[in-house]
Amino acid sequence: MNINLMGSFSLNLILDLKEMFLYQFMRNAFEAGTLIAIVAGLVGYFVILRRLSFAGHALSHIGFAGAAGAALLSLNPLVGLISFTISGGFFMALLGKKAISRDVQIGIVLAFMLGLGVLFINLYKGYATEAYSLLFGQILGISFSSVKITFWASIFIILLLALFFRQLLFTTLDEEVAEAKGVSLLRLNLVMMFLIAIAVSISVQIVGVLLIFSLLVTPPAIAQRLTSSPVKGMFLAAVIGLLATWLGLFIGYYSPYPVSFFITSIVFSFYILVRIYQKYF
Amino acid sequence: MKNEIVISAKNLVSGYKDKVVWEDASFEVRAGEFIVLLGPNGAGKTTLFKLILGLIKPQAGLIEVFGKIPSKGSSSISYFPQKRLIDNDLKLNCIEYVKLVLSGNKLGFSLPKVAKQEEKIALEALKMVDGLKFANKPLSQLSGGEQQKIFLAQAIVQRPKILLLDEPLANLDIKREGELIELIKSVSKKNNMTVILIAHDVNPLLPVIDRIIYIANKKVASGLPSEIITSKKLTELYGSNVEVLKSQSGRIAVLGMEGGTNHEH
Repeated sequence: MNINLMGSFSLNLILDLKEMFLYQFMRNAFEAGTLIAIVAGLVGYFVILRRLSFAGHALSHIGFAGAAGAALLSLNPLVGLISFTISGGFFMALLGKKAISRDVQIGIVLAFMLGLGVLFINLYKGYATEAYSLLFGQILGISFSSVKITFWASIFIILLLALFFRQLLFTTLDEEVAEAKGVSLLRLNLVMMFLIAIAVSISVQIVGVLLIFSLLVTPPAIAQRLTSSPVKGMFLAAVIGLLATWLGLFIGYYSPYPVSFFITSIVFSFYILVRIYQKYF
Repeated sequence: MKNEIVISAKNLVSGYKDKVVWEDASFEVRAGEFIVLLGPNGAGKTTLFKLILGLIKPQAGLIEVFGKIPSKGSSSISYFPQKRLIDNDLKLNCIEYVKLVLSGNKLGFSLPKVAKQEEKIALEALKMVDGLKFANKPLSQLSGGEQQKIFLAQAIVQRPKILLLDEPLANLDIKREGELIELIKSVSKKNNMTVILIAHDVNPLLPVIDRIIYIANKKVASGLPSEIITSKKLTELYGSNVEVLKSQSGRIAVLGMEGGTNHEH
């Protein structure tokens, strides 16, 4: 399903933006999109460094089952999403880093949770709409209450990340030395999985369960290739995600196609361009 | 202070759950000593490092570092782990790795003034290992020998009193191996650091070591190189035929361990 108003594009950017922001749903989309792009970029930087892409992907599927279950119980899907991803994240962290990198086992749990989500969606009457927005994102349908939840979740993530930034970096780059210097690996694993769980939960609103990588993985993967400082890398990842989200929303407003398609295509094109540039120039 | 006892073990038993890795270990390590820790794979050499670092507790017996039960997080002991996976796509600069040890265990961000000081200390450590030129180069783009230098800078950045080096010579060619040993020796001597280094090939280390601690057949023992580097002792230690040859000029070569190169001793 697409929400598509297809505003008329006038080549006068300021006028176009003014017209676009007349709509509450576009304001909601830009506000939530901005927050999510920043948070996904910052957290995603560590997802890449710690090689947790697949675990992040799995968490989004676990969240799908939670969101579908919440919808079935007439609760806000975001609540189901967050509670399932956090529980799944903590479970993974408690199993340890080796367990997190076990692709086969994670894949098996992922498939089961997706299946569970399909059952919940099937039992829920609003099948098509809900399933579509959970799987592929539906930023233009974001409500103001979801924007508020996203805002507070984002502030919380940024503060938590700032607090544990150095310990996360230390345990990511040099785990054994970090442990010898007194950093608790379990605590940092829990913090990391908690951060991913929240970032995944709020990102699902924009790009959906299946396209989660476009905000959580691709922008930091580009940033990692462009800078040699962790702080700069995190900010660059956030900026890339932000530009892609804004541009995707802008194009999406004027076209009949889904915003998540534009966001994924923009970050993908950027990634390919960077790879080509680094290889040949 | 030279000759001060920095590590002492009494009837130490180490293991995991029901399995004893080694037992009845009693030895002392003195300040400024350069010790090589020998033993076959799986003998429990890294386990001994973990005990010294306070990462694991002994099953029985007593280990003391600077007269106290070791606890993790000490800035007086540095650990140089055996294997580190460096992602080739990662462009992080060498100085970032050195700085990790200075502030990586803290919460929040360093204040600008503190960050500047940390940068200065990290650069000094890189200078000590002749690695200043690599400070702003990505670690992943350095050769194996150069990377080990950066990790050595990381290990000494807090000016620890004890350096625990777990196979720093692995995968280095003979020239780089020699260079790294010289570097470890000179840096530790200048700063009166005690070095315990795990190695499989004792040959390149013979000119610099004061003592050998060895683990074999679940026992830990120590002795002077002249006592340990004998055909009989090493064959017993490794459970396979090892020959020690001594030329008229005093050169010693150990055959049957890894390598087998000659060194003055």
